[in-house]
Amino acid sequence: MRVPLSWLRQYCDPPLSAREIADRLDLTGTEVSRVERVGVGDPDGFVVGRVELVAPHPNADRLSVCVVDDGSGSPRTIVCGAPNVAAGQTVAVALPGALMPNGEPLAEATLRGITSSGMILAEDEVGIGEDHAGIMVLGDGAQPGAPLAEHLPIADDVLDLEIAPNRPDCLAVYGVAREVHAATGAPLGVDPTTYDAEPSGEDSAEQHASVKIADPDVCLRFTARVFEDVKVGPSPLWLKACLTAAGQRPISNVVDITNYVMLLCGQPLHAFDLDRVRGASIVVRKAHDGEKMTTLDGVERTFQSPTALVCDAEGPSGIGGIMGGAVSEVSGSTTRVLMEAATWVGTNILSSSSLLGLRTEASTRFEKQLHPDLAMAAQRLAARLLVEVCGARLVPGAIDAYPAPVEPLLVPLRPERVGRLLGVQIPQEEIVAILEQLGFELSGVESGDLLFAVPSWRSADVQREADLIEEVGRIHGLDRLPITLPERPLAVGRLTPAQALRRGIEDVMRDRGLSEVVAYSFTSPGTLERLRLGGEEPVALANPLSEDQSVMRPLLLPGLLDAARHNAARGRPDAWLFESAHVYAPGGGERTDGAGPRGATPAVERHHLAALLPGDGPSGWRTAPSPTDFYACKALLEAVLNAAGVEARVEPEQQSFLHPGRSAAAVANDGSRLGWLGEVHPEVAAEWDLEAATAFELDVDLLAELAPGPAPYRDVPSYPADVQDIAVVVPEETQAAEVESAVREGGGELLDTVRVFDVYHGEQVGEGKRSLALRLEFRAPDRTLTDEEVAALRDRIEARLAAIGGQLRA
Amino acid sequence: MEVQEPPVYVIVPGKCYRRDSDATHTPMFHQVEGLAVDEDITLADLKGVLLEFARAIFGREREIRLRSSYFPFTEPSVEVDVSCFACGGSGTLADGSRDPLCKGSGWIEILGAGMVDPNLYGFVADKGYDPERVQGFAFGMGIERIAMLRHGVPDLRMFFDNDLRFLEQFG
Repeated sequence: MRVPLSWLRQYCDPPLSAREIADRLDLTGTEVSRVERVGVGDPDGFVVGRVELVAPHPNADRLSVCVVDDGSGSPRTIVCGAPNVAAGQTVAVALPGALMPNGEPLAEATLRGITSSGMILAEDEVGIGEDHAGIMVLGDGAQPGAPLAEHLPIADDVLDLEIAPNRPDCLAVYGVAREVHAATGAPLGVDPTTYDAEPSGEDSAEQHASVKIADPDVCLRFTARVFEDVKVGPSPLWLKACLTAAGQRPISNVVDITNYVMLLCGQPLHAFDLDRVRGASIVVRKAHDGEKMTTLDGVERTFQSPTALVCDAEGPSGIGGIMGGAVSEVSGSTTRVLMEAATWVGTNILSSSSLLGLRTEASTRFEKQLHPDLAMAAQRLAARLLVEVCGARLVPGAIDAYPAPVEPLLVPLRPERVGRLLGVQIPQEEIVAILEQLGFELSGVESGDLLFAVPSWRSADVQREADLIEEVGRIHGLDRLPITLPERPLAVGRLTPAQALRRGIEDVMRDRGLSEVVAYSFTSPGTLERLRLGGEEPVALANPLSEDQSVMRPLLLPGLLDAARHNAARGRPDAWLFESAHVYAPGGGERTDGAGPRGATPAVERHHLAALLPGDGPSGWRTAPSPTDFYACKALLEAVLNAAGVEARVEPEQQSFLHPGRSAAAVANDGSRLGWLGEVHPEVAAEWDLEAATAFELDVDLLAELAPGPAPYRDVPSYPADVQDIAVVVPEETQAAEVESAVREGGGELLDTVRVFDVYHGEQVGEGKRSLALRLEFRAPDRTLTDEEVAALRDRIEARLAAIGGQLRA
Repeated sequence: MEVQEPPVYVIVPGKCYRRDSDATHTPMFHQVEGLAVDEDITLADLKGVLLEFARAIFGREREIRLRSSYFPFTEPSVEVDVSCFACGGSGTLADGSRDPLCKGSGWIEILGAGMVDPNLYGFVADKGYDPERVQGFAFGMGIERIAMLRHGVPDLRMFFDNDLRFLEQFG
């Protein structure tokens, strides 16, 4: 909403600068996005002049040489190109040196041999309108030499306001004046809709037209007045100037009046050429599906229910509350006008305007729900202007279809509640004074409660005690609130165990030199195809920005691959990356009661941790880079499991996007699958322009469920361990984990630790076999083990190994 | 509030989505939201908590101001500005030029907040939230937006490019 300050000051004029007014509005809830300077650079140098003589230019057909009285006593010569210049006119003159709207000073110019000392102005030259067909002719009463700014708003400040959706009353100059009044205490001028025009004639509006609301669920009130002898033409300068400064193009006096009334009091109006309203009868109803009409902007539009249409005897003549129709548009030949001021159901306007893809000044106001009282108020102001500006005759009476008049609203306020909510006690007299300044009326006191009548222009927004308290708080001044902290000394924040676990494992990743990335939760179906993921359909977005961001990711890997490619292309091929975030699967979420938006079942969200290790990984000045391979990846995953305190084994498993022989699953001791690890399939890596990479991804929610509580104390061993190294030859396909568990079975409780420390392939172990070296530590809590005891355990281990095809090497 | 009886004091970071993409909007971003509901929480308490927050993030010398605003879920609603840390709140830089960060106003908008709208308690009345008895505040702020202000990052989308040359600056 653009509010020209000169217009605002007609209704509330505090002794403050534009910036100061903007600041007060800003703090009290009317956001000012900027203060704009419009019009000429400086009003000095612009004066009223009178044309004394006009003579044709000797050397140019289209130019005139004018002698202009500028009040200085010595008339000046001005060359003018306008066809309408004539002696006796009172005109607007820019003197040489005057700062024009573009910031440039006006220079004396010699035009075909005659020096012009100044310029007679057209509307567009001072930013009042768009007309450049001729010069402006000012009304009588302006004295030559008087500053032009006293007669025309040639320079103004415009407040550009961001009006909150609950304040349609502030989409109006007078509404903003009310706010300035409450925020500054400066007096408020009389409501411009107070006085009505004098009707004349013996007829009545009902004799000229009829109005019926067929669907009261889309239209609360429809008022209409009839005007005859209307002279349609350009608007007077003051009206053009107001509209132009507020950002509206002047069109014709009748249309300009409807816009002026809307901008001043917030109620959109529509003027019909009554002679083009077929049957002179209006019916307001919902559209039939597929119904068509051409709107004022020349576009043929198709409607569907429940969009509201204003129809005449033969069909649609306008879209209710959004835009009029071409069929009944006011034109230069119009003499009879039917003025509509209606109240539409806001939610229906909002959905209709989005359905039509058509938002207008009218719809942005109606969609916020205007009060029906405003319709008749706007008729009064419009009538005065039509009579004054267009010489119209107001036909007596008004047509008023208002099926269910709205009752005034009373809201109780307990004064002590103000202090309880805001944290500062405000005296009752001040509470009442603030609310009265805002237009609320104290209509009574009931057992200590103050009963306030809500003014019509605030009815959509203020309905409860809390709403009244907000009004008191903002005008009293939020800057005057004390600064306190909640009095709850025992409220101490902490992380949940799952959150603490997440942070712990993220720290492990960081400590190992990995960089954390944050990728979008979205991915594309194409990306999932490149990972060769079949199976379950991902969660699809209803309204995606692009195909690239059209589904929710079912795993973290694609984001890491994208990030690795991005960095590899920028000279960082060995950036080891991880992400800790949610992944998404369709349906079956915790809420199955259909409580999601539009009855949707929420997606299943799990928290995952994934790492991608391309290239050689990070290195330091004394640590060589360690090439990525299955074991580096597994070591990292084990570090995570270790930090979580969860024991798990690694079992072979195929994944479409992993190398078939170098992929595995991490399985917890209770058999639940925690995630996958392995070498990214070379073809997948190539899709992302990566040489080679390994990766893993774990379900952290599951990890948190399995994580044990605090570790129980075990006695510090006081007897020495017997350490033995063994080498086992096993078939190539036998997993180290299998070997380890066979060793553990054989060793029993006295086998304290088992660790694989070497793998050997070679001739000595034979084709299709490999040798694993293990370090075993035997220990008893209560004695030193004898050689015989340990030898017996070794025999049992050997037997278990033999059962899985293993053989001890000498 | 659906699962816990009052009082409740929580701080909730999380991902948010919106259909928008330019230098100051990404389709996914992060918010931190806070909620304190108890018997005696006031708007003045909100002011105190947010002042502590602003000073922790932007420096001990910072002040905040509350501007009246509108959100459908709070009443009263406020927008919160922090005094500009580039110009110290004067709007003018040391060389006399207009501070581009706060556009000369001396204040930077950082978050929206307010007192929980009493209607909201109606949805969790079965957990003991009676608007006659409990009241509280809520606030929400964009993490990337705060980080952009604090570190002078020019484009919100950079947070999601995952370029190491960017990430390592804040490691």
